[in-house]
Amino acid sequence: MKELLIIAIGSAMVNNVVLSQFLGLCPFFGVSKKIDTAAGMGGAVIFVITLSSFVVSLIYKFILVPTNSTYLQTIVFILIIAALVQFVEMFLKKAMPPLYQSLGVYLPLITTNCAVLGVALTNVQKEYGILSSTINGLATAVGFCIAIVILAGLREKMETNDIPKSFQGFPHVLLTACLMAIAFFGFSGLI
Amino acid sequence: MQKNTPAERLYNGIIGENPTFALMLGMCPTLAVTTSGINGIGMGLTTTVILTMSNMLISILRKAIPDKVRMPAFIVVVASFVTIVQFLLQGFLPSLNAALGIYIPLIVVNCIILGRAESYASKNKVIPSIFDGIGMGLGFTLSITLLGLLREFLGAGTLFNVDILGKAGYEPITIFILAPGAFLVLAFMAAFQNKFNLGAAKRGIDPSNSVSCGASCASCGNTMCKGRRS
Repeated sequence: MKELLIIAIGSAMVNNVVLSQFLGLCPFFGVSKKIDTAAGMGGAVIFVITLSSFVVSLIYKFILVPTNSTYLQTIVFILIIAALVQFVEMFLKKAMPPLYQSLGVYLPLITTNCAVLGVALTNVQKEYGILSSTINGLATAVGFCIAIVILAGLREKMETNDIPKSFQGFPHVLLTACLMAIAFFGFSGLI
Repeated sequence: MQKNTPAERLYNGIIGENPTFALMLGMCPTLAVTTSGINGIGMGLTTTVILTMSNMLISILRKAIPDKVRMPAFIVVVASFVTIVQFLLQGFLPSLNAALGIYIPLIVVNCIILGRAESYASKNKVIPSIFDGIGMGLGFTLSITLLGLLREFLGAGTLFNVDILGKAGYEPITIFILAPGAFLVLAFMAAFQNKFNLGAAKRGIDPSNSVSCGASCASCGNTMCKGRRS
């Protein structure tokens, strides 16, 4: 139990997926204009990463390892993730229309979110079991959600600010991310 | 310059549509591995090799791949080359492989590669596609090496591991080789670009489009994107 907690805090805070691992930067910068869209994206990412780390670790353990074909992991993982996202989209559309309404737009964007593949590969690299992989996936995604919602909040506040012309657009968002990354260094004492 | 000649493709990749500075593509490896100049070159050349090979194969197969399943097909092609290159690196350059770690398999989801496959290689002949891959790859290599050198110089006082400032009593600003330094250096590079109007750093984020991946749709490979469907 204690190990799982350490994995969770480590992935969500200390090694935050965006601010220290640089995974999932595209949605982090692209969808962080408003708090509600950011939260929607965060929710969709939590859903997909948790599910995909579970499915990927199942397939790794029960198909790739026994058949001695772990060298195929990159190809297999990316295909599983792409198929899973499509499947989740179709399932939600049929079975849970309200949830699909709120998450649906973000789902197709997630296939190319490198955080999903990154988590799957980290789980294999660190030799996590199925439970630890799922927890790690969930915690990583929660870390992503925290970071993107904070950034969106900051950007909403900065909207009315008077920013120097050269720093408008992309540069000031990068600077904000830089300050957030420094702040997240404060968590490194936790473990 | 005449279009689609090898020279034009090289120029376009390195200067005209430089993937990092003009198109703001492939941000994850750009920020993650540029802690030193050597890592930048290593990542850049690895990406160049994969980009060239996948552009070549996709261009050869462009008439054989049905339109509906082209994205999965592209992903399989790219993932195969990434796997091959990863094993070559493990065998011949183990130190580079250790330094780049998880970011080598993650080249699969690098939007530069899928973007070029979708927007160029799947529509053009083999030779221009190969040179498009080389040009884009070299453009990427140059920009991330530059970023890596800047961070290494400020953060450790060295260039390509050769001590430059240490003897002069320079106290390295370690934060530049840590995570926040990546954001900081790129922020200033993009600001310089805005200042002197060198391309479109602002294109990285289009404020009018709240749900986007960076809004560079023209070069983005994500055909499942809602913005493109409409």
